[in-house]
Amino acid sequence: MEKLTIVESTYIPLRNENVDTDQIIPARFLKATSREGFGDNLFRDWRYDKSGEPKADFVLNTGVYSGKVLVAGKNFGSGSSREHAAWAIYDYGFRVVVSSEFADIFKNNCLNNGLLPVEVTPAFLSELFERVEADPSTSVTVDLAAQTISLTGTDKQEQFEINEYKKHCLMQGLDDIDYLLSIQSEIEAFETTPNI
Amino acid sequence: MKKTLFDKIWEKHVVKTIENGPSVFYIDRHYVHEVTSPQAFAGLDARGIKVRRPDLVTATADHNVPTINQHLPIADELSALQVAKLEDNCTNHGIEAFGLNHKHQGIVHVIGPEMGFTQPGMTMVCGDSHTSTHGAFGAIAFGIGTSEVEMVLATQCLMQRKPKQMRINVNGELNEGVTAKDVILYVIAKLTTSGGTGYFVEFAGDTFRNMSMEERMTVCNMSIEMGARGGLIAPDQTTYDYLKGRQHVPQGEAFDAAVERWSQLYSDEEAAFDAELHYKASEIPPMITFGTNPGMGIGVNQSIPRTSEVEAGQQQTLSKALSYMEFGEGDAIAGKKIDYVFIGSCTNGRIEDLRQVAGIVKGQQKAPHVTAWIVPGSKAVEAQAIEEGIDAVLKEAGFELRQPGCSACLAMNDDKIPAGKYCVSTSNRNFEGRQGPGSRTLLASPITAAKAALSGVVEA
Repeated sequence: MEKLTIVESTYIPLRNENVDTDQIIPARFLKATSREGFGDNLFRDWRYDKSGEPKADFVLNTGVYSGKVLVAGKNFGSGSSREHAAWAIYDYGFRVVVSSEFADIFKNNCLNNGLLPVEVTPAFLSELFERVEADPSTSVTVDLAAQTISLTGTDKQEQFEINEYKKHCLMQGLDDIDYLLSIQSEIEAFETTPNI
Repeated sequence: MKKTLFDKIWEKHVVKTIENGPSVFYIDRHYVHEVTSPQAFAGLDARGIKVRRPDLVTATADHNVPTINQHLPIADELSALQVAKLEDNCTNHGIEAFGLNHKHQGIVHVIGPEMGFTQPGMTMVCGDSHTSTHGAFGAIAFGIGTSEVEMVLATQCLMQRKPKQMRINVNGELNEGVTAKDVILYVIAKLTTSGGTGYFVEFAGDTFRNMSMEERMTVCNMSIEMGARGGLIAPDQTTYDYLKGRQHVPQGEAFDAAVERWSQLYSDEEAAFDAELHYKASEIPPMITFGTNPGMGIGVNQSIPRTSEVEAGQQQTLSKALSYMEFGEGDAIAGKKIDYVFIGSCTNGRIEDLRQVAGIVKGQQKAPHVTAWIVPGSKAVEAQAIEEGIDAVLKEAGFELRQPGCSACLAMNDDKIPAGKYCVSTSNRNFEGRQGPGSRTLLASPITAAKAALSGVVEA
């Protein structure tokens, strides 16, 4: 997993609320057996028309916005547990997703793939949308060590929550398996006592 | 200290807790299917390690298997590859697999309980959000992503933080024609699709007590649709009666001893929940969804809400949904013309569901313009339906009984609802394009779906 510490970037606003993982990557594109290439079909049915032509009005296609940060409406990533949704967002080039609320499984999937979910207050989220819509060159700085997200060059800043352990993993580029494999003997010992 | 049902199971499965961090959480049963596992097995191969406890893994092919001519090679190359990969991976790692043409093949959440792998007090995971289904047995069961599938294959453990807990109480007798599906659609409509985010939910009250195991599975199945990690119901005599004699359940004296342990699994009277909700069964009508998430449900005799009637934040979501569905604000849902009926999925593809449908359509004919697919949840459900003559009843009514799989629930196989067409579906999700690009899904119970198939419109 790639290390993540500070991301400073312009960002892309996706105002929709309740964006489910079926929209992020429709089920018919889940047939690959590797983790790569899902970015081509990120938001497939919002991004392309039936003949495969880009829809001019979709936010990724307008040419107005760019960046490594996706800022989305409330309850992002609900529905199916497919990790392909996190892979697609990462593969497209995003490193941070910002919303005022994430679905639980999606949030875990992001953290396991070097993609940082940043939960902000509804007021800060509105501010992010308004600023970038007024000026698409607006950028944010996400500092994982300090757990802050700020509008670059302003005093507009918010703290965000992240579990200490996950923060450590993201910053070091480690995953849970490395840790779990290191405590095999404790797991074996646990298995000798009935647990049901 | 008073404990909840969830606390009791959780505590018995914590291997260790990292200071200020998550717990190492032990998993008793890992269900695996072909779509969310290939990258996990590839990860193990890359690390040069084997599955640690293949005896605790149950694998089946369900998400993208065809539902006709299952004896023939799968025509879709990518689907065929995924299914073949699963079989190879299971062979290489010594995992028992119920792949295509196996007599126990079926939807993972249908075969697990059916074969007795799912038992009270267990912890269970699967790379599928509807793993919450197994909570119906008084177990902690939840969906995970592929990286987590790899973790469990490698170590039989996951890193987990204890979630908040919510109890949803429903009491009283359900009205005529109101089923478990209506109860859960009603709760999700009240709570919204994010109302349960961060929580594990216990369903309590005599309405759930009086439900069969199949009905409880329907309820727990959809707890993920309110954002909850999972849902569970305390085991009782109904649970034990269902389990007794099933293949992987302890037999004889060992069964009695298991029941003794299982009967300790309930929330203590004064146990504290982070949130608690109460609903009356008598207030729940037969439900149907009109929009593009499972929280957009109303009674079949109610009208679609107007944007002016919902909170400011929800107006955009509602108008976007209505424009996708081509429904008007304030329209009655009853009388809306439909094109397809899909009965199946891990929510409502069990034998009880098929019996209900047969009971309604017996001796009648579906509307000529409606295509009606019935997809059993497993080979066992299929065999039972044939044995009971349900297949004949359905065929006479113009329905098509297909072979087991997830089918049109997520349309990864050929069972797709064409763009613009309306489908009354007993599955769990009505997201845009869920049943095929441009498809329009109305979620409902098998009873409501069967009635719609007969008249060709949504029936109040």
